[in-house]
Amino acid sequence: MLLIYCPYCEVERPELEFRCGGEAHIARPTDPSTQSDEQWADFLYMRTNTKGIYAERWRHIHGCGRFFNALRETVGDKFLKVYKTGEPKPDLDAIAKEASR
Amino acid sequence: MVDQVTADLYVPDAGEEPLLAISSVSILRAAPVSRLSFRCRDDARAAAGKAFGVALPAKPLSAETTSDRIAFWLGPDEWMLIAPESDLEAVSAKLEAALESHPTSLVDVSHRQEAILVSGDRAVWLLNTGIPIDLDVSAFPVGSVTRTVFHKAPVMVWRTGEDSFVVEAWVSFMDYVAGLLVQSAGELSAA
Repeated sequence: MLLIYCPYCEVERPELEFRCGGEAHIARPTDPSTQSDEQWADFLYMRTNTKGIYAERWRHIHGCGRFFNALRETVGDKFLKVYKTGEPKPDLDAIAKEASR
Repeated sequence: MVDQVTADLYVPDAGEEPLLAISSVSILRAAPVSRLSFRCRDDARAAAGKAFGVALPAKPLSAETTSDRIAFWLGPDEWMLIAPESDLEAVSAKLEAALESHPTSLVDVSHRQEAILVSGDRAVWLLNTGIPIDLDVSAFPVGSVTRTVFHKAPVMVWRTGEDSFVVEAWVSFMDYVAGLLVQSAGELSAA
């Protein structure tokens, strides 16, 4: 079973306890009324869907209930790094280099 | 490491037959208690602990207990507070008064969930028939509390001793949880 580390509970737990919340670091426009339909659709639906290292939101729904962010390698489904909500997005290139070593 | 924690609030319900009583494991329904779901920010934690009577733990997956109060850590800003059934109003009033100036959430969930007491040599084995987490005492020491899943039902598990656990599930899921545990225990009596 895939084990995921929860940065709030500070333990590894089985994937069953988690839900994926889609791509991370997508900020909601602060003033939605100034957005065009295209821009709004872009915010709502358009995702990078990377093959490789992807920053995602995950939620420990059957544990502490908190959202956190994780870098996952989408081909091998390997978690490379987890970090708390609000922490800056790590340098993906550096992580990729590290992972390929 | 502690061998046993104070769990005086969770006693078997005298009016109920044991759900399971075999030599290696037993399952008993617990008597009712008051349960309060409490959420607050860090700056209100100390005041809340003082008003409740036992400090709210900041360490993940831990619990603070006295003979008549338990505070379970459930999340970084979320606790489950346990008190005797008759203390519900007194506890809520005290917490509300102490936390007037803080944004908090205090919800009575006493009747949302109920508890069973699972204990015996094979308690870990039995719980692991449905709970996917590592319950070895090195990974889940005595005194740890967590929410997790039992097959498809969300449950809260508290380890009160090396071979004893309190398992709480929502009232409508309890037949499912207890029923599957009793059924799985058939393996033990067959062997």
